[in-house]
Amino acid sequence: MADQIIETKEIKLTAKDFATDQDVRWCPGCGDYSILAQVQRSFPDLVGIKKENIVWISGIGCSSRFPYYMNTYGFHSIHGRAPAIATGVKVSRPELSVWVAAGDGDLLSIGGNHFIHACRKNVDLKVLLFNNRIYGLTKGQYSPTSEKGKITKTSPYGSVDYPFNPAALALGSNATFVARSLDRDTKHLQEMIRRAAAHKGLAFLEIFQNCSIFNDGAFDILTDKKTKDDNVLVLEHGKPMLFGANKDKGIIMDGAKPKAVEIGEGKHRIEDVLVHDEFDESPLLATLLAHMTDDPSMPTPIGVFRQVTKSTYDGDVEEQITSVTSKKGEGDLEKVLFTGSTWEVN
Amino acid sequence: MPKEKEVQNLSEVTVRFAGDSGDGMQLTGSQFSDTTALMGNDLSTLPDYPAEIRAPIGTVYGVSGFQLHFSSSDIHTPGDRPDILVAMNPAAIKKNISELKPGAMIIANIDSFDRKNLQLAKYETNPLEDSSLEGYEVYPVPIGSLTAKALQGTSLSPKEVSRCKNFFALGLMYWLFDRQVDQTVSWIQKKFAKKPEFIEANTNALLAGYNYGENTELFNTRYNVEPAKLPKGTYRSISGNEATALGFLAASVKSKLPLFLGSYPITPASEILQYLSNYKNFGVKTLQAEDEIAGITSAIGAAFAGNLAITTTSGPGLALKTEAIGLALMTELPIVIVDVQRGGPSTGLPTKTEQADLLQAVYGRNGEAPVAVLAASTPSDCFNMAIEASRLAIKYMTPVILLTDGYLANGSEPWKIPHANELPDIPVKFRTEKEGFAPYLRDGNLSRPWVKPGTPGLEHRIGGLEKANISGAVSYDPENHNLMINLRAQKVKNMVNDIPDLTVDGDMEGDILVLGWGGTYGAIKEAVIKAREAGYNVSQAHLKYINPLPKNTEYVLKGFKNVLIPEINLGQLSKIIRSEFLIPVKQLNIVRGLPFRVSDIENKIKEVLGGIA
Ligand SMILES: Cc1ncc(C[n+]2csc(CCOP(=O)(O)OP(=O)(O)O)c2C)c(N)n1
Ligand code: SF4
Ligand SMILES: [Mg+2]
Repeated sequence: MADQIIETKEIKLTAKDFATDQDVRWCPGCGDYSILAQVQRSFPDLVGIKKENIVWISGIGCSSRFPYYMNTYGFHSIHGRAPAIATGVKVSRPELSVWVAAGDGDLLSIGGNHFIHACRKNVDLKVLLFNNRIYGLTKGQYSPTSEKGKITKTSPYGSVDYPFNPAALALGSNATFVARSLDRDTKHLQEMIRRAAAHKGLAFLEIFQNCSIFNDGAFDILTDKKTKDDNVLVLEHGKPMLFGANKDKGIIMDGAKPKAVEIGEGKHRIEDVLVHDEFDESPLLATLLAHMTDDPSMPTPIGVFRQVTKSTYDGDVEEQITSVTSKKGEGDLEKVLFTGSTWEVN
Repeated sequence: MPKEKEVQNLSEVTVRFAGDSGDGMQLTGSQFSDTTALMGNDLSTLPDYPAEIRAPIGTVYGVSGFQLHFSSSDIHTPGDRPDILVAMNPAAIKKNISELKPGAMIIANIDSFDRKNLQLAKYETNPLEDSSLEGYEVYPVPIGSLTAKALQGTSLSPKEVSRCKNFFALGLMYWLFDRQVDQTVSWIQKKFAKKPEFIEANTNALLAGYNYGENTELFNTRYNVEPAKLPKGTYRSISGNEATALGFLAASVKSKLPLFLGSYPITPASEILQYLSNYKNFGVKTLQAEDEIAGITSAIGAAFAGNLAITTTSGPGLALKTEAIGLALMTELPIVIVDVQRGGPSTGLPTKTEQADLLQAVYGRNGEAPVAVLAASTPSDCFNMAIEASRLAIKYMTPVILLTDGYLANGSEPWKIPHANELPDIPVKFRTEKEGFAPYLRDGNLSRPWVKPGTPGLEHRIGGLEKANISGAVSYDPENHNLMINLRAQKVKNMVNDIPDLTVDGDMEGDILVLGWGGTYGAIKEAVIKAREAGYNVSQAHLKYINPLPKNTEYVLKGFKNVLIPEINLGQLSKIIRSEFLIPVKQLNIVRGLPFRVSDIENKIKEVLGGIA
């Protein structure tokens, strides 16, 4: 049952307070460094969450080393199982703020089942996917997010697998908060971390992460100054979906399909451009946006695809306990032991 | 006026109810058991049902049975061979005839012995009419039509009427054994509280069956089984799964830790999850997980978060939990894993019993991964062992496996109910002091501190990578690994000082010790009693702790010329005993998906002793 929260005057923490004495052991240039830095920078701002109530859970992979570097409660577990362990932590102790750090293999291959069910149940977890589209720790095999045709150690002639689109998968699994960001877009990433933290329910944040060793440059087109404006669509609630250096391109609906078009005189009107609604109850448009990533003719959206409110699994479990207890009264072991047909032997 | 019926006293009886899966035989059997328990007999039950929920009607493989052994003295098994078979259709006879005692009584519902049902049961001629049942006492009773007659004028459909016939059969059995109908009548009233027409119909069917016994010329004798002389106290009848659930509930109350169960449904373990999901007002949280791995890993999360965390499953599920058990061991978190063993390998015989997961439980993990293994010996003992498993897991901060089996899970027996205040508290200490804290500090039992997330200043990280002793930092140091491997093993070994010695029923030395473990306790016990009655000097010992073994185990075993180990597997405990103590043991291994017959063990004892009484 929830511990009594005693209000005390908080001293404002800094990023340093969240660092541990462990040497960080990722490869030079690995995108995981930036993700760690942005988490440590944004955590002091999390409203109403005490440091001792934060728990990081991970599976296995380069990215799963994450909890060792966060000065919070942490659990580096086994491959793929972080969402299930986190569910156990959160359901049994709803007052904790529970975070999952996972790689694309970890979360979507071996742990795919746990991931979709955590989404479906809307367990109040914050799930950060470090998507480098490769198996880092095992040294460079293709992953369930690797593009078809990718040449890796286990696919010397090109992989024949179709990849998952993680944001679309999360939306399809009824996640109540789905967002995407980039390791190198530090401001945006911090903003997305804060937004995820503030969401009550399962928050899924996909982070495109560069693996400098086995998949270097996979997201350059989205992060290089020269190419990013034409290839990244920053989703903002209530704003038209415009992109390009001069914001002269936009997304319109062509029948039931989004389409990238040029805006301006003799071209498309800005009024025709889709306006982003993060809070749309229907996941349809968010799903179409998520799938734009699979289409080379479309920019890749980042930002919050969708955020909706519904009761959480852990909250509902607690509520059921309260309501049954108020009806039946606190459990009495003696009474339970002696229920049903009993008889006396004298 | 029906003539006065003779009453014959019996000391024990074995009854089997058998019929179609849809005939309600499990219900009939458990009602008869409950009433019999209330009347003070000792009893033991064996439900035996097909894996198919509604197997094709009338077929032999669709027959569902419920066996019950009751007595005026102490008994330990559901009985080898029934004295009475209640057969609702021809298939029920076909399936069970070879199991009956010679001269057994067969009460057959003749209404169902039509051509179709005879054909379905693969009978060429009607066994009630040819000579195939010679040597048995056959009582043909038109149960179907008498039920219909008793329910004339009801608003129930003919199909619904026909479904009341099990209550007619039950009523007749109540008459035959002089049991009161009250318990079942009030059960019917509760069960059908919202359907008054069903209350009326089922009650009428029950009474009609009873009155039929009273008035028919068919039965001239009634039987009386005096109450057993059980120790003084309040009793209820309990199945192993219910006892397991209650044991964990008690452990939660006694440790003052909230109970968390992560589980995925699997026969024959699902009931534990079902029972525990009722106790919300104890703060019990049950999570029906997406699979067995999530069942145990959510429990590991809950243990990390400071709960009494358990997971329940059967053999195939235990296989899936293997890697996570290693994680719990490595992170030194207390969890209890219950394996209700069923027939294996693979999907095997899901509804049948077996003891073949012992080696999986003791050894089945990657790396040096010693885990404490406990086994319950009777349905009600599941209660004690669930508490024991919880206590040891918490005290030693390590996973504990509790083995039960399909026979214990579904079988029931009278249970002298303990009072809640008689159960010892389970001490729990959460670390809160910052001074000198390290995640892998060791106490006198080598256990590391348990810290609840949320405790300020004690933020720390654990994980499946090898940890430096005391500091808990990730460590690849060879000496440290060697140390940790030994520490984890030593923790389990240390439990030996905390568990009861192995007790011997009979002389402490002699020609033969029958050593068992788990659910075979009752069958071995009865076989030993029978062998003694036949003049043999036999001792019995039963292991409830298999890892570690009680510290006097070797001493006990060495007192005997022969150690006989009966197991429902190919000799798994035998392997462990041989390798631990380098002593020869004799094996009895019969793996039929059924409990041992007492006679199997008795004969083996005599064979080992060379037939010399
Ligand atoms: C049960 C199990 N299977 C396989 C592995 C080997 N393994 C470790 S990490 C990993 C995949 C890593 O890729 P990803 O999850 O994308 O994380 P990254 O290293 O890229 O951050 C694999 C296959 C393991 N540790 N455990
Ligand atoms: S292998 Fe790739 S993902 Fe792993 S640490 Fe190195 S750069 Fe990062
Ligand atoms: Mg990866």
